[in-house]
Amino acid sequence: MITRRNFLKNSALGLAGIALPLAAFEFIDPRKLMALEAKDGAKVRWVFLVDTYKCVGCGLCVKACKLENEVPYDSSVTRTWVERYVITRDGKFHADTPKGARDGFTTTKIDLNEGKFEDIKNGDIEKAYFVPKLCNQCENPPCVQVCPVGATYQTPDGVVLVDRTWCIGCGYCIMGCPYGVRFFHPVYHTAEKCNFCYHRITKGMKTACVQACPFGARRIGNIKDPGDPVTKIIMTERVGVLKEEYGTKPQVFYIGLDKEVR
Amino acid sequence: MKNHVLRPLFAVIGIVALILLARMALVPKDFGVGERGYMYGWHRHGNEEDWKQFKVKYQGKEYCKDCHSDKYAGINKTPHQIIECENCHGPAGTPEGILHYDPDKSPKLVIDRSRGLCLRCHYPLPYPTSGRANIRSIDPVTHNPDGECSSCHNPHNPMEGLR
Repeated sequence: MITRRNFLKNSALGLAGIALPLAAFEFIDPRKLMALEAKDGAKVRWVFLVDTYKCVGCGLCVKACKLENEVPYDSSVTRTWVERYVITRDGKFHADTPKGARDGFTTTKIDLNEGKFEDIKNGDIEKAYFVPKLCNQCENPPCVQVCPVGATYQTPDGVVLVDRTWCIGCGYCIMGCPYGVRFFHPVYHTAEKCNFCYHRITKGMKTACVQACPFGARRIGNIKDPGDPVTKIIMTERVGVLKEEYGTKPQVFYIGLDKEVR
Repeated sequence: MKNHVLRPLFAVIGIVALILLARMALVPKDFGVGERGYMYGWHRHGNEEDWKQFKVKYQGKEYCKDCHSDKYAGINKTPHQIIECENCHGPAGTPEGILHYDPDKSPKLVIDRSRGLCLRCHYPLPYPTSGRANIRSIDPVTHNPDGECSSCHNPHNPMEGLR
């Protein structure tokens, strides 16, 4: 039986239910997402090529990167850095990157951190070389998977960006990156990483590090363009990537990669 | 059904509705799934544009060419032609987006004349399998330790002989 009390109560509930828009209940439909992925008509996929034979360890790329991307110059963090590897005749292996090679390598001594240095005699050197490092802009970026809030993501042209207004600073991505390219920005206190100078490459410019490199050791290209000189080298010459076994599909390719490089 | 069963149910429905309403108000309108799907493309679309608006500081050699044509032409005849002007003279743009060529407020560039700058390449590191071994170098401890390199050598034409 409908009493007046019940009628009023039910009407109020019904009205409240109608007032909630349907959009509030919309959840993500995986089939819709697959369709989004399938119509991937992107014409651009940025990749990077590093020639370790050409790198002389001057560190001008690191200097340019820090100034271009407003990473505080004297802080110990940097978006890109250069590592020095020295393998001596006794089979020992030495590596360092003082200040990320911001000021280059102006001593033969290997920096062991905490103010300690190891002197290596020139005659003992079996092989020695420099390896620039930067974000690999992985095809399967583990740093993006672990972000709990959607503050880091991959753009259609393959670059992984960080949304500074949305990052909560949990640090999962910093732990998740197998290449150690992520850090906290000393000013914004959000996750920070190399983004291939997204503001430059989308304007048709080269990244700051590519432009600053006097020796052509760093190059950027579009792997979806078969006429791109970088694409041609990656397709026809012997190139390697870092930590392939992790399945991240890194998109920074190295010429002259050695087994000591990690 | 009895009232004591329905009441907590209404309370739960109310809480869920509140959460959904709060989500609508707090999550930006352009937040959603991008081209790379849910796993990699879940983000606020406006952020891509935010990054594109970031200011370019390093303008490149061609930016200097028109006003400093003599220096530009001169250095291109020397081995130092591979070095960008801004590697020593500093970036031509500021974080505020003011460029060096601006009639009203052109910022003065800070030239790095330190010995350390030259030693980045010209410190002797005899490393095989690296181009570094082929660059002419000096020992900074014995080679005029107190002077600036540019007081004897012309960085725009290092082969012209000493000043």
